[in-house]
Amino acid sequence: MHKTIAELSSDLASKKISSVELTQYFLKRIKQFDEKLNSFITVSEDSALQEAKQADALRAKGQASPLTGIPIAQKDIFCTQGIKTSCGSKMLDNFIAPYDATVIKKFKAAGTVLLGKTNMDEFAMGSSNENSYYGPVKNPWDLERVPGGSSGGSAAAVAAYLAPGATGTDTGGSIRQPAALCNITGLKPTYGRVSRYGMIAFASSLDQGGPFARTAEDVALLLNAMAGFDEHDSTSVDRAVPDYTATLNDSIAGLRIGLPKEFFGEGLDSDIAKAIEVAVKEYEKMGATIQEIHLPNTALSIPAYYVIAPAECSSNLARYDGVRYGHRCKDPINLDDLYKRTRSEGFGNEVKRRIMIGTYALSAGYYDAYYLKAQKIRGLISRDFHHAFQNVDVILGPTSPCTAFKLGEKADDPISMYLSDIYTIAVNLAGLPGLSIPAGFANGLPIGMQLIGNYFAEAKLLNVAHHYQKATDWHTRTPEGF
Amino acid sequence: MEWETVIGLEVHAQLLTKSKIFSGASTAFGAEPNTQACAIDLGFPGVLPVLNKEAVQMAIKLGLGIDAQIAKRSVFARKNYFYPDLPKGYQISQYELPVVLGGFLDITLDDGSIKRIRITRAHLEEDAGKSLHEDFHGQSGIDLNRAGTPLLEIVSEPEMRSAKEAVAYLKALHSLVRYLEICDGNMQEGSFRCDANVSVRRKGETKLGTRAELKNINSFRFVERAINYEVERQIALIEDGGKVKQETRLYDPNKNETRSMRSKEEANDYRYFPDPDLLPLVILDEEIEKVRQALPELPQQKQKRFMDSYGLNQYDATVLVSSRALAAYFETVVKESGNQPKLAANWVMGELSAALNKADMDITDNPVSAEQLGKLVQRIADNTISGKIAKTIFEAMWNKEGDVDHIIEKGGLKQVTDTGAIEALIDKIIAANPDQVADYRAGKEKLFGFFVGLAMKESGGKLNPQQLNETLKKKLK
Amino acid sequence: MSLTVNDVKKIAHLARLNLSEADTALYTKQLSNILDFVEQMNQADTTGVDAIAHSLDFNQRQRPDDVSESNQRDAFQAIAPKVEAGLYLVPKVIEDEESVIA
Repeated sequence: MHKTIAELSSDLASKKISSVELTQYFLKRIKQFDEKLNSFITVSEDSALQEAKQADALRAKGQASPLTGIPIAQKDIFCTQGIKTSCGSKMLDNFIAPYDATVIKKFKAAGTVLLGKTNMDEFAMGSSNENSYYGPVKNPWDLERVPGGSSGGSAAAVAAYLAPGATGTDTGGSIRQPAALCNITGLKPTYGRVSRYGMIAFASSLDQGGPFARTAEDVALLLNAMAGFDEHDSTSVDRAVPDYTATLNDSIAGLRIGLPKEFFGEGLDSDIAKAIEVAVKEYEKMGATIQEIHLPNTALSIPAYYVIAPAECSSNLARYDGVRYGHRCKDPINLDDLYKRTRSEGFGNEVKRRIMIGTYALSAGYYDAYYLKAQKIRGLISRDFHHAFQNVDVILGPTSPCTAFKLGEKADDPISMYLSDIYTIAVNLAGLPGLSIPAGFANGLPIGMQLIGNYFAEAKLLNVAHHYQKATDWHTRTPEGF
Repeated sequence: MEWETVIGLEVHAQLLTKSKIFSGASTAFGAEPNTQACAIDLGFPGVLPVLNKEAVQMAIKLGLGIDAQIAKRSVFARKNYFYPDLPKGYQISQYELPVVLGGFLDITLDDGSIKRIRITRAHLEEDAGKSLHEDFHGQSGIDLNRAGTPLLEIVSEPEMRSAKEAVAYLKALHSLVRYLEICDGNMQEGSFRCDANVSVRRKGETKLGTRAELKNINSFRFVERAINYEVERQIALIEDGGKVKQETRLYDPNKNETRSMRSKEEANDYRYFPDPDLLPLVILDEEIEKVRQALPELPQQKQKRFMDSYGLNQYDATVLVSSRALAAYFETVVKESGNQPKLAANWVMGELSAALNKADMDITDNPVSAEQLGKLVQRIADNTISGKIAKTIFEAMWNKEGDVDHIIEKGGLKQVTDTGAIEALIDKIIAANPDQVADYRAGKEKLFGFFVGLAMKESGGKLNPQQLNETLKKKLK
Repeated sequence: MSLTVNDVKKIAHLARLNLSEADTALYTKQLSNILDFVEQMNQADTTGVDAIAHSLDFNQRQRPDDVSESNQRDAFQAIAPKVEAGLYLVPKVIEDEESVIA
């Protein structure tokens, strides 16, 4: 059984292993397995070993902290100074970031070792990691299936134990859905909990960075490093960061769990529904009370999202013009040609599609009908959650309506792809924290359970998840051959 | 056919903050290209804006200075368009909810009357970079040092009815922003930019005519010329049976004409929406009050005070308050002169201004201190020297030859007021010019000036004019 | 919402994207479908509901007016596609297409 970050940290502390050895171990696994998975875009072997050496030196001086010397992978959406940061796109294939994202700085300060940058759907747009310039990522549970997206690379890497932990970003479900499809634990924190500075923007009012790992405890350790106020991000919230590991074992007797009626309707795979039912029983055994709740505007969350996110992205991606960095077309004959050819060559189809939808939604005459309307629906959805949390502590449901689908299965039908975000999107619109943990299997494919908390209730979510992971062992399973 | 001109003005004032509106890069003028463009200004992937407090304070100052409403809550919006000097592909500005609403400026017209020009709004936004049109093998060079500099866009209602009114408004606004120390008003350097929206209509018509937007007018003189040209052009066009196109026109100061910029088939669709990287700007009453307490006396208030306390006329008061430094200088001169405001005004607006203009100097570089000029005025008022001699003394002071009393002593320039001396001198002149005396006594009164001239020449200009005139009259009877 | 090919061409121009004939046809269909899909929003009664831009109920923080950035031109321009004499080069900017800001 593969070791968790907590266990590795303990091994490092007791000198059973050095960081250099640990790093070499994971680099070896990447070399051995990643050809099959394609989960890494860049492997930073030399710098990783350098960092590992420094971590060991720090430990020798007695200055180590829990994450010192732990190798992790970073989604290729976080700017890493001096290292290629591609965002899964041809547009940034040649982009060596000139600065570090705040999240990267924080992990450096925590002493982690950077194994490499993981593959992702281009500019974080996708739910299958089939939209990457660098080719699709394969699900280690079945190499003919998708790992989910957009953080598919990070999820696959952690699931296949090419890294014990990794980061992702979640705008409509891009951490939680891949976590569910790959049998790992993934957290989207409250909007404003983790700094967005240096995290390449897709939809600014929805994006949040968060950790992937194999257990809630590990996620807590990573979140301790990632979370916190950043003066460089105006949307960052100035609120103290608790020690997320300290309350993992708090009792959950009397915990009020809400099951949204709308999450268990048509479209949900019956195996998944069954697995969630079983999981709910597990919680009842632990002393939690269950009640049905209503999130009546759930269905509207998808159309609202597919107006707001593309609108913001159409503006966020206007900076990619071949002038100051990134791809530039050859021999532009005039400005118009420079922009159009650079952008058409640099962006993939899904990105272009969303830019166009967004441009349309914001254009003269349509702003009220689309963008403004969508922001009002966002208000409705937030209200729904607000009401729900007056009666429950945590909301529980499936993360994804289906298990990992086959590569190419939904590629031609954008809308079908969009519908797979039905349980996750509303959480982003409301800005709430959401966590996905393993809850079983259907035909050998992982099933994920989602826990949604109130604003800044990450500690509670991790606590609730931790208890489940003590009572069950789904999260300890590793795909065959890995 | 009588025509009416309708003018509205949009001014972009660059604010005097040290750093940019959304980043910590310097705003200092004249740096090497792209040495003051940080990651945020360059629009690198992943960067985010954070608002500069001083820019907000300056906006509040402007709002108070024009008696406007300061929005308790305003929102930053993105204005989306593609241009190489706009790194993010959008400009962060304000759209539906600007920080300042309403307000007005009172302008003085040629006939002395006052007209109130209302202001629609003022909002904060970031400046773009610059494109250098010098050829780099057929390419243009982009300098992004200016990108991110804070701007206040101030929009007037279309209430000006002539180029002169437009200039008066601009001058009043220019003076105000300098008084408030929020903008240095340097039109040549581009820190105070003006666009004019000009249209014409038949007198009596209430509907607005199609307007043209005039750009590239970087001096008050050009504003007047450009507007006048444009008005004539539009009138001629309509009278010829044509229609004015809604377009942007560039003013060419060399040819003194406005030229159409390539008109776009579709007007730019800026797709404004609230910037999701920024939160609403909330301004509390306490904050506004604090700024209000710290405001300097504003030009309009000062002008009124000068007229009331110093008995100055409107024109003089307007000129003297046109800059804070000039007004302060004047008041010190008045004080040092032992309270001679009219004389002080004459000297400041006359000799001093002429000297400053000739030397192309600003009041702040003035070699003649206010205390010194005040002293000079005092010496005139107490009859120590004549007004004529004072001019010589002023020139000496300008050339740094020393202080007033020292120069008077050294040159023996004291005015002659001794009655006896004057009478003696006049007797001498009368004796030497019997024919002219006879003619004068016979009725040729114009000859009086002849005697005055001789007396002045004889005395080296040092006679007290009043006494000279009195004594001469007496003696010539 | 049915988009015409012309609509799509206009949008593509606004977004500075080139679309081939085939792509234009495909996008016209796909975008129309997506817009049909989002029309569902009209089912919602949003009278009296505030449009929210963020889940955050906070106000914009303001930073002090300090110069905190130093000159990093060399590092930044090392990754630029085309620079000369410290300037970013682009195809000639025609004066008539002047920037929108005064």
